[in-house]
Amino acid sequence: MNSLKVFVVLLCLLVFAPLVLAKEAVHMVEDPEMEKTVNAISDELRCLVCQNQTIADSSAPLAVDLKNQVRKMVETGQSQDDIIDYMVQRYGDFVRYRPPMKASTLLLWIGPFLLLLIGIAVLVINLRKRTAMKSDENLSVEEHERLQGLLAAESSRQGATRSNSLQQKVGEEKS
Amino acid sequence: MLRYIVPLLVFLGVSAFLLKGLELNPHEVPSPFIDKPAPVFSLQKLHAPDTSFSTKEMLGEVWLLNVWASWCVACRAEHPLLVQLSRANIVPIYGLNYKDEPDDARNWLRQLGDAYVSSLIDYEGKVGIDFGVYGVPETFVIDKQGIIRHKVIGPVTPAALDDCVLPLVRKLQQASAQMVVKRTEVEGCA
Repeated sequence: MNSLKVFVVLLCLLVFAPLVLAKEAVHMVEDPEMEKTVNAISDELRCLVCQNQTIADSSAPLAVDLKNQVRKMVETGQSQDDIIDYMVQRYGDFVRYRPPMKASTLLLWIGPFLLLLIGIAVLVINLRKRTAMKSDENLSVEEHERLQGLLAAESSRQGATRSNSLQQKVGEEKS
Repeated sequence: MLRYIVPLLVFLGVSAFLLKGLELNPHEVPSPFIDKPAPVFSLQKLHAPDTSFSTKEMLGEVWLLNVWASWCVACRAEHPLLVQLSRANIVPIYGLNYKDEPDDARNWLRQLGDAYVSSLIDYEGKVGIDFGVYGVPETFVIDKQGIIRHKVIGPVTPAALDDCVLPLVRKLQQASAQMVVKRTEVEGCA
């Protein structure tokens, strides 16, 4: 008996849940092609209440209002540029997700590339320095002979496995 | 030596940016309307829905437009200051009742006092969009030529009123109808 109740409740949920969701679609434009345009434009506009969302993503009341405004303007046949201009006039460049290229936003646009260039320059300079340092590390003839002598003596005593670490030690002494 | 100085300079540079960043409020979006004509509108009055108010009536006068709503908590906080200001009779304050139920709005004013010469019903929020309103409350200072000279985002504080809004209003009132007074001329508005 109990499981029947649960079943009925679940059945009700299954039947009525989509109705709740359907409420949000009230504002849908009949023409899906037009709705696509509305969404594309809404995706270019920042929600000013929750600033890291577009008005397409946000459900803040202002975002809903602005999206309705976009829809109205699309329905009356205005172009994307017209609509974005309309928003910029009212909310400033900030409302655009892609800031326009102009003097005040130049650093924003070229900043990352500037940092990348600086990074590459630092890297190149360091690499050059390192190769220069390596060539200095070449041993002189006497040093080389001494090294060979030490290695031979060591390997005869303890076997070849230690020779690597010895080589390292000599290297450390040098530097 | 350079290997110590360079990281130090980089660190100081980053610190300077971060320190500046602490003072900025990312929620304050600079208004594109400063020094631009206020959008023209005509709306029903809250207390006399049969009559309407048009921005054209205000040409030749300095006035404040305060965007408010009964559902807005911060409006409740700033309201006593506006009531006080209206009693001082310095500058007329008009209210834009933004996306509100007129009955709720009238009740709210009855409870807290009415600071406005008139409140205007913007039920759909369309005029709000025209003014670039993105949060309530917001307060616009409009000059004799109908040009917006300043916008206070969020509740008006006593400090903002004394340092910026009132000095600016006085300057604008003293100026002749053709004279241009910008908010940059008032130190407290920077």
